[in-house]
Amino acid sequence: MEHLVEAKALTKHFGTFAAVRGIDVEVRRGEAFGFLGPNGAGKSSTMRMIACVSGRTGGELKVLGMDPERDGPRIRARIGVVPQLDNLDLELTVRQNLQIYGRYFGMSRQQCREKAVELLEFAQLSDRADQEVEPLSGGMKRRLTIARSLVNDPELLLLDEPTTGLDPQARHLLWDRLFRLKQDGVTLIITTHYMDEAEQLCDRLVVMDGGRIAAEGSPGELINRYSTKEVLELRFQPGAEKPDLERFAERVEVLPDRLLLYTQDGEHTLAKVHEHGVQPIQSLVRRSSLEDVFLRLTGRTLVD
Amino acid sequence: MQTLRASWFGFEKHWLWYRRNWRATAVSSFLSPLLFLVALGLGFGSQVQSTALIGGVPYLQYLAPALVVITAVQGATFESTYAIMSSFIWQKTYIGMVATPITPAQVVYGQVMWIASQLFARSVVFVGIAVALGAANGPGIGLAVLFATLAGLAFSCPLIAYSATLDKPDSFNTIFRFVLMPMTLFTGAFFPVSQLPDWLRPLVWLTPAWHGIELARGATFGTLGLLPALGHTAYLVAMIAVGLFFAVRFFYRRLAV
Amino acid sequence: MTRTLDPANKTAPASVGLVWRVIPPGLYGGRASTLVERSALVNRRGWFVLVGGAFEPILFLWSLGLGFGQFVASVAGPDGRPVSYAAFVAPALLAASAMNGAVYDATFNVFFKFKYAKLYDAMLATPMGPLDIAMGEIAWALLRGGLYSAGFLGVMLAMGLIASPWALLALPAALLVAFAFAAVGMAATTFMRSWQDFDLVQLAVLPMFLFSTTFFPLSVYPGWLQTVVTWTPLYHAIELMRGLTLGVVGWGMLGHVAYFAVLAAVGTVVAARRLGSLLLD
Repeated sequence: MEHLVEAKALTKHFGTFAAVRGIDVEVRRGEAFGFLGPNGAGKSSTMRMIACVSGRTGGELKVLGMDPERDGPRIRARIGVVPQLDNLDLELTVRQNLQIYGRYFGMSRQQCREKAVELLEFAQLSDRADQEVEPLSGGMKRRLTIARSLVNDPELLLLDEPTTGLDPQARHLLWDRLFRLKQDGVTLIITTHYMDEAEQLCDRLVVMDGGRIAAEGSPGELINRYSTKEVLELRFQPGAEKPDLERFAERVEVLPDRLLLYTQDGEHTLAKVHEHGVQPIQSLVRRSSLEDVFLRLTGRTLVD
Repeated sequence: MQTLRASWFGFEKHWLWYRRNWRATAVSSFLSPLLFLVALGLGFGSQVQSTALIGGVPYLQYLAPALVVITAVQGATFESTYAIMSSFIWQKTYIGMVATPITPAQVVYGQVMWIASQLFARSVVFVGIAVALGAANGPGIGLAVLFATLAGLAFSCPLIAYSATLDKPDSFNTIFRFVLMPMTLFTGAFFPVSQLPDWLRPLVWLTPAWHGIELARGATFGTLGLLPALGHTAYLVAMIAVGLFFAVRFFYRRLAV
Repeated sequence: MTRTLDPANKTAPASVGLVWRVIPPGLYGGRASTLVERSALVNRRGWFVLVGGAFEPILFLWSLGLGFGQFVASVAGPDGRPVSYAAFVAPALLAASAMNGAVYDATFNVFFKFKYAKLYDAMLATPMGPLDIAMGEIAWALLRGGLYSAGFLGVMLAMGLIASPWALLALPAALLVAFAFAAVGMAATTFMRSWQDFDLVQLAVLPMFLFSTTFFPLSVYPGWLQTVVTWTPLYHAIELMRGLTLGVVGWGMLGHVAYFAVLAAVGTVVAARRLGSLLLD
């Protein structure tokens, strides 16, 4: 199987701070690969190294079979990058943003014009084509940034926190576009701290924490491996002492505002808790998610 | 009374900012007028062969009182363009102020008080240095401080009103280039207005800089008559009044909740 | 997605020999011209501002003839012979406006795009490298400066302030001067942390504008101060322009040319390397 990205013992230091501490990653052609982790886990630093805009401190890194430090321009010609914060050209119109970006890649003016029309369609921005960028909504700007990253028909698309700061509707629209890209065979690498995003989009992912990889696998595998089928969430009066319920579940996590009981059958566990005379003010049974995987691996929640 | 107090709070806000950031404006507000005085008054002045045009006085002394006015008008321009827009759009200071009991009119008064104090302080420093350099023809140059402040405000107030209507700073460059620059060069600071072609002179009479320079230079050389003095002052005060009137209106429109 | 991109476009530029020894590989994608294209696109609507840039020097020239020239009948020219005051100052203003325009473009504009618009971050996600950015921005500053200088020379000609056909060379000379100031200005910009630091730019440019023999000859200064003035870059630019427009030309002028060539080269390399280490950390 062909690997578009191969990292071995990859490290990145900023002064005395180690942002990435020796990670091994392989991204296969055609898959959607995720870096899941909280802010400061080293996801963005890794992405910047893959995008050839940040040198590595140690280890090996190959992108499209080339060395980012020597072949930066050549690699960048074949990848697309969607940065965490939109950096659209505010002095140009929506269409010009796409056209001039194509020119940066060395495409002919004719190619740029045609490509812009196609991408405006893809980003559902055709009716805004000749307007300024600034008044666009957050979701529209994000779609334009993604459209811009596709101008060179990249084999590999890097998306850094693609839906952070967007409302739910805009997120779903964006996910739909990304899903189409995946269907078209574009390899995606996504960083996110939203587990629902990772579950929606990623075939395979690594959980990062403190610059290291804590686990690797498909979302389903990770949940199977590190969590139970269901989770029972119990809420108590603020300030009230939380009862010891260890014996009712395989594992119990104590969060500031609630207890999480990991179990194969949530309703059954809840009944036993009630039998025992414990009366939470609120209870909820749900399926395990990547959030639980993360909690298990690091002892912390993802979004705090 | 209430208005005065509230406006004073606006003024204080500016002062607090200035105490932290004064260094950033020191070059443009104090040093650059001084450099101009030295380069043109002393440097160019040393080359002057005929002072017949300016009544036989040394060029440095001819230039000094007018340069006080020009400096004030330039300072007023910057304080009334980007600074105003920033308080509306970028820093949103005004938006925060009217969330308190301060009214939009008081915001304007506080702003104008701030600008006036800036112009006054800069003029005092400038005149002090000019005197030390021997650029003062007589004690009358002290009055130039007042006239410079007045002329600066006469340009500032209408400009504040205009800035309050804008969403983008694009037209500021046009003002600097096509209004401020010609006003600097051609209103009698560097050479008498009599050198200009006839058709241009009425345009010069409209500028606050020309009135300010007439007043400042007249006071310095003791040639200022009472009637012309009143006329020039009245014109400048009228510009301030009209500017304030529109500024208050536009501030209300823009800051209305 | 259809694949329309020609693979030939994806290859890196041909090696540029010597440049690679000074500039580490990966800093150059050979596409500086597309940045100029972007600037042209942005300014297509702002042509008014461009034309306005020529307005200022014309005002200056006009005020020279009308006003300043009335006080000073003549000044000692480059070869000691007296010239009219306007003919003395006009070439100096040409040099000064080449400096001012280039410094403005390479400092304020670049800092804004770099720090706030994050424009260069977006460009570095393409095959473009920091050297492309440095060269592209400098090239645009030159194009603009060249336009102004040509206009300025035209007005000088119309006002009878040009005494020699050597003045034709004043245009390329102005471009060289602008190149040097743009490169050095851009290199300096990469060291700036906030807008407050730009006061230092003002602090360098304004005294130079006022005291580098723009408005009065070097002889005004006492001896030691003359030496200091002759070190400033604007002084060399003014000497060059004055010699060319007044037709006082000698081999010594190549010294000035070399001075700016060195500034331009050093500035460009420093700017590209600094941009590289800032953007590619």
